[in-house]
Amino acid sequence: MKKIFLFFAITVSSAVVFGQNEKYVKAMETNIAQLDSAMMNGNMAALSNNFERIGDAEKNQWLPYYYASYCTVMSSYMEKDKGKTDGIADKADELIKKAETIAGKENSETCVIKSMIASSHMMVDPQARWQQYGAASTANIEKAKALDPTNPRPVYLEGQAKFYTPESFGGGKAPAKELLTKALTMFDSFKPETKLHPNWGKATLQYFLAQTN
Amino acid sequence: MTKYFSFLPILLLTYITFAQTVISGKVKDNKGRPIPGVSITIKDSYDGGTSDSTGKYAFKTTEQGEKLMMASSIGYYPATEKATLTGTAVTLDITLREEPNELKAVVITAGTFEASDTKRTTVLNPIDIVTTASANGDVTSALKTLPGAQQVGESEGLFVRGGTAGETKVFIDGTLVNNFFFSSVPDIAQRGRFSPFLFKGTVFSSGGYSAQYGQAMSSVLLLESIDLPERSSASLGISTVGLSGGYQRLAKNKKSSWGFSYNYTNLLPYFKVVKQKPDYFHVPEFHNGDFNYRLKTSKTGMLKFYGYFNLSNLGLRRPDIDSSNLKNAFGLKNFNVYGNLSWKEKLGKYWKMNLGLSYSTNTDKIQNELQDQANSKQGIIRYPFSQKNFHVKADAQLAVIKAVFERRLKGLSMFRIGGEYFYNKDNSDYSSDSILHINSNASDHLKAAFTEVDIYVTNDLAAKIGTRVEHSSLLNKANIVPRISLAYKLGDAGQASLAYGNFYQKPDNSYFTRPYLFKQLQYSMATHYIANYQKVSRNYTLRAEVFYKKYHDLIKTLPVINNYDSLNNNGYGNAKGFELFWRDKKTFKNVDYWLSYSYLDTKRDYLNYPAAIEPNFAARHTASLVVKKFVTSLKTQFNASYTFATGRPYYNIRYDQPSNKYRIFDEGRTINYNSLSFSVNYLPNIGKQGASKFTVFVFSVTNVLGTKQVFGYNYSYNGMVKEAVTPTAGRFFFLGCFLSFGVDRTEDVINSNL
Repeated sequence: MKKIFLFFAITVSSAVVFGQNEKYVKAMETNIAQLDSAMMNGNMAALSNNFERIGDAEKNQWLPYYYASYCTVMSSYMEKDKGKTDGIADKADELIKKAETIAGKENSETCVIKSMIASSHMMVDPQARWQQYGAASTANIEKAKALDPTNPRPVYLEGQAKFYTPESFGGGKAPAKELLTKALTMFDSFKPETKLHPNWGKATLQYFLAQTN
Repeated sequence: MTKYFSFLPILLLTYITFAQTVISGKVKDNKGRPIPGVSITIKDSYDGGTSDSTGKYAFKTTEQGEKLMMASSIGYYPATEKATLTGTAVTLDITLREEPNELKAVVITAGTFEASDTKRTTVLNPIDIVTTASANGDVTSALKTLPGAQQVGESEGLFVRGGTAGETKVFIDGTLVNNFFFSSVPDIAQRGRFSPFLFKGTVFSSGGYSAQYGQAMSSVLLLESIDLPERSSASLGISTVGLSGGYQRLAKNKKSSWGFSYNYTNLLPYFKVVKQKPDYFHVPEFHNGDFNYRLKTSKTGMLKFYGYFNLSNLGLRRPDIDSSNLKNAFGLKNFNVYGNLSWKEKLGKYWKMNLGLSYSTNTDKIQNELQDQANSKQGIIRYPFSQKNFHVKADAQLAVIKAVFERRLKGLSMFRIGGEYFYNKDNSDYSSDSILHINSNASDHLKAAFTEVDIYVTNDLAAKIGTRVEHSSLLNKANIVPRISLAYKLGDAGQASLAYGNFYQKPDNSYFTRPYLFKQLQYSMATHYIANYQKVSRNYTLRAEVFYKKYHDLIKTLPVINNYDSLNNNGYGNAKGFELFWRDKKTFKNVDYWLSYSYLDTKRDYLNYPAAIEPNFAARHTASLVVKKFVTSLKTQFNASYTFATGRPYYNIRYDQPSNKYRIFDEGRTINYNSLSFSVNYLPNIGKQGASKFTVFVFSVTNVLGTKQVFGYNYSYNGMVKEAVTPTAGRFFFLGCFLSFGVDRTEDVINSNL
């Protein structure tokens, strides 16, 4: 009798634990699935709030804060009032630092976000800021590549940066195409650790790649 | 057994029957305006929503019972509300209070122009200083394109709002710098000693500044040195005026760095090509070098050392104004050493400490000679020629210690307390044909204490209230002053500020080392009243300022016996005016320009002036236009600047025997001042990421049109001969190439270091 009770108790509690984890996975999947549509509709800030809530509730998962930071930095790019950009990018920075604290250390994906945050600050006033933020952006891209040479996102971001850099500054379509093509093959072979791990970028890459022709 | 199984469906059932509650409402700020993008969350759950553009939000939750609802958004204090969730719809309106925010908050700007990266919205940024066409890489020359400063071409320094150059003091990392400019040469303005690339922040205050700074009646220039470099690098430069080289090493852990640079300037080749009016018997030659060490002492702490030396020599000959066939030869050797140590640290959660220590020693050896046409020395005992063969060796030493402690109060409010100690020792050794030696010294211990509070009543209303006490051992007198400024935000980008304060300054050190028959000196003082309106947006800046300044106790020189004067503090004066500044980065594509205008109405009775008259360094109207355009396809930046100033008054003031007074024997106004300057910076490697070498070519011309400029007039001792003071050449050309290795130093555009 006692044994049965014990067995039952374990089953229930593990079910609860499993249920909790399932709830997390399900919530993350739902929100990750919204990434593309939120981008189209300009709802990145709201989506970021969803991820941040999950992060606040979970306390030991770095991915919710990672996605919250990603959404926030994307919304900083879309912000039309340049006076607000720095504040949004600072918020993204706060979130990615939380993600890194939970993860224990920086990784290739968090470095990608940190590079994007630096670029966001830079774009507020490129002429005055590229010295500081341009260097920080490049340094984080390099770190991202070093920490995971198979990660296509740093290569993709590099290609995108080249796309926007004037030809006379060593940018333009040709060097962009080279990097984007390389990133595309990397995307094809890239396997995220779990289905919740970052796997974004391929669609926009293809958009940019199409423009380089 | 079945008992237990029957328990399970109950469990499942309760789970399934968890009711969904709809929560909705509106988020507003304390003025009732909707706030979009606010995240509303049920604490420790995934459920929540985000407010839309009208501030409305709605979401469903399966949570039950009494729960904490949290609302947060960038720029607002988070709010928490309780809600009981039972399945029936809940309406919850939330009000968020705006967080004090440095970016949004009102800034006290009366009298102040700031160029820095640290604040994200500034009128100028550090690159603007080096890309101003007329500046040739000199900090103060760039600041002369801002309202408030005069275009004085015959001597160095910043003449601000009716004040002399001596009324503007320069501070590096908080401590006062003596001899900021290269030593004076008669009728030729000298450059600042320090390269603009040493500084990441520049604050130019044309009045009404903080109680942290004293001993400047008109203006302060606050320079903040750079922190750790981005990476290690070496640099080389070659230009029409000399050579330079440097090295910077960043430690592997990026916690410390050291570096040095050396400049050799010799104007011989340049003077060979571009004829100069004076006859240089020793073409200006400068050796200067510096060393720096920077250490990150903690996450927020920074220790910086900067050391500098200069050794220079020059000599020039001009026709003697008191005769038709003699020449006056002036020789100057300068030796200067400067060291600055500063330490910033956060102490706990609320306190911040700023410590500064600086020392400088400066020696000028001046040799003046009367010469004949064959350049050999002539000894004539008759006045005024007897005065023209002399030697002066002037030594000046200054040591400064400064400590400031800052405590954060609620919101952005701040309390500051600190003290300064200055010790200066000046020595002058004068000898001439008629006087064997006059050796005089003066030293002073000046102690100062100040306290100041920045009060942010709201994001829209701020006040800075401070007081400063000083005591000079030389004058044996103390002074205490109030400093008050207020700022109020009007709408989104506009704000109005007011400033008031008293500013004491002790007489220039040279008054204490020169032989005067009688001197009983005290502090001079100026009172400032300033009102300012400013509107800053990303692409436009508009500033308008009016000021009134009253001078008390200025130095007067009185004739007692022919050549020996006495001094007292019976001088006075005032200055009033208004200034406008407009900067526009948008209207013309890829063109950034600014316009400044100053109107100045000033009179003073000081030195040998017989009454309160317009001083010879003050122009009524001054206007500058600065234009910058970067052409991406050419990788070239084009800069132009144009400055106009109405003529300045000039006087021939001499001692009048019969009345035993100084009298104006001749006066007039110089022609208007016009100067158009142009510079080009070509950056062939720009944008090449990871390039090991970075090159900048600089070409600049000052006074492109060669417009005639007259800064004033010199008179012979008897007033019979009058000679215009003009620049040494019609135009100034500069061509240079600067390379740096291992780092992209684009900002190093015009590192000329003349």
